[in-house]
Amino acid sequence: MNIQAIRVIFLNEMRRTRNSILQSVASPVISTALYFIVFGAAIGSRIQSIEGVSYGVFIVPGLMMLSLLTQSISNAAFGIFFPKFNGTIYEVMSAPISFVEIVIGYVGASATKSLIIGTIILITASFFVDLRIEHPIWMVTFFVLTCISFSLFGFIIGLWADNFEKLQLIPLLIITPLVFLGGSFYSVDMLPAFWQKVTLFNPVLYLISGFRWSFFEVSDVSVGLSLAMILSFLAACMTLVWFMFKTGYKLRS
Amino acid sequence: MTSDAIISIRNLSKTYENGHQALKSVELDVQRGEILALLGPNGAGKTTLISTICGLVRPSTGTITVDGFDTIKQFRKTREIIGLVPQELTLSVFDKVRDTVAFSRGLFGKPPAPAYIDKLLDDLSLHDKKDAMLMTLSGGMKRRVLIAKALSHEPSILFLDEPTAGVDVELRKDMWKLVDGLRQSGVTIILTTHYIEEAEEIADRVGVINNGELLLVEEKRTLMQKLGKKRLMVELAESVTTIPASLQKYGLSLEMDGRTLVYTYRAGEGKPTGITRLLSDISESGLHLQDVKTTESSLEDIFVDLVRSPEHQ
Ligand SMILES: Nc1ncnc2c1ncn2[C@@H]1O[C@H](COP(=O)(O)OP(=O)(O)OP(=O)(O)O)[C@@H](O)[C@H]1O
Ligand SMILES: [Mg+2]
Repeated sequence: MNIQAIRVIFLNEMRRTRNSILQSVASPVISTALYFIVFGAAIGSRIQSIEGVSYGVFIVPGLMMLSLLTQSISNAAFGIFFPKFNGTIYEVMSAPISFVEIVIGYVGASATKSLIIGTIILITASFFVDLRIEHPIWMVTFFVLTCISFSLFGFIIGLWADNFEKLQLIPLLIITPLVFLGGSFYSVDMLPAFWQKVTLFNPVLYLISGFRWSFFEVSDVSVGLSLAMILSFLAACMTLVWFMFKTGYKLRS
Repeated sequence: MTSDAIISIRNLSKTYENGHQALKSVELDVQRGEILALLGPNGAGKTTLISTICGLVRPSTGTITVDGFDTIKQFRKTREIIGLVPQELTLSVFDKVRDTVAFSRGLFGKPPAPAYIDKLLDDLSLHDKKDAMLMTLSGGMKRRVLIAKALSHEPSILFLDEPTAGVDVELRKDMWKLVDGLRQSGVTIILTTHYIEEAEEIADRVGVINNGELLLVEEKRTLMQKLGKKRLMVELAESVTTIPASLQKYGLSLEMDGRTLVYTYRAGEGKPTGITRLLSDISESGLHLQDVKTTESSLEDIFVDLVRSPEHQ
């Protein structure tokens, strides 16, 4: 195991974040604050509490998930796309490292960044609403697993994309709708019966549901199912990354 | 070949996905501590050959061993001791010089060594640029940063893919000095170049590639002796329009409006050159000699000859 390589890839990625600290950290804080003002205070005050949880509090886990998913994907995707785009990837590919180390370095950095952002959102939220976390260990488990698996997913997108358009395509066309329709801002049983069924095909629903359960013990599906869902997603991403590196996909001709 | 080859390439072929065959059954041994120059026209396969050894391109057939290790099965062992300066100026422009060099060192598994990197940057005349952003550097400086990155992990084999392309005369001389210094410290160097004088100046051996085939690898001196042609130019006192029949067998040509007879012959290896006989035949034919001079072909002429000759097309 080339520990030094993992270390420098990780630190290099984190440095990139530090250099754009305003964009990396300020933007999630500002957008979270805006969501709270609009949904929590303005609209939320007219919405009745959901299973005993006031609306402003109810949306916190969904809001965190929204940021975690989009940030994890875009960070990791950009992290590997950029060196591919400017050619500096040659150095990584000619170094004595296997794909495992490359993935740990890049995905680890992206996941860490998401963890930091998630924590910042949580702290920001606690200024607006009275938060309680019923199952902190479950909460951290979902939090960490989500950051890792969606960073891995973003990494795959970054490997696959050969232009900027493709880089934006999946997050924009698939992830954002799935998150919004996955119950970030509502409970599934607020939907008409037909759409409740359709929503069950949305994998993000399971994530948000499990995460929300760890906060308030309120969920749309069972927490075990949620955990199984995120673990299978993680396994699928790992298999795909392994396959891509094994075949040299777009990295080695 | 000899036992002290640090790189051994056997039957290496590469066909890219688009069907283009960039390397054709290449066999090559690089000796420990030597400087090997690879010469070849654009698209000959030089970069492909280097990239395959470094692990950037997967061979279609054949094997490569570096220091006795297989470049695919034991890639960690082989890549650890290799440094590569790529042909293109590929750098992440938002990084600082010092950081990007330290990054390279880490990638190759070495613990941080700020003092070594400082010294390296000094040696490459980058002492006042250590904390500069890469985008503020000139092309020549970027080239030197790439060299610093390739040397950051103290490799024992260095690949330089056209190190002096787009580099001014002074820097080129510096580069040659650097290469010489590295050789003194035992580093094996493989470089590609379009500049024949560069190969002539610094290489021990020269390999010529064309169309994916390694046409030859020879000691520079042997090559020049073996293939080097000399031209004997005989200036006549008065111009002639035809070459006398008695001189036909020499394959002479007439130049300078019939004032000069040119005789081409192979030099070296103690073979008779035929010059004595030619000169006496010329005076017997009634022509008067004014002056005589010879010129030697350079590596460049040899090279052009080789890649043009029909048997290699
Ligand atoms: N990734 C690739 N896919 C397809 N063909 C390629 C690829 N890379 C190189 N080639 C082709 O392989 C041949 C050899 O290219 P290579 O870059 O090795 O040449 P070179 O000798 O380094 O040339 P130059 O002196 O211009 O740098 C060329 O015909 C080139 O078009
Ligand atoms: Mg080239």
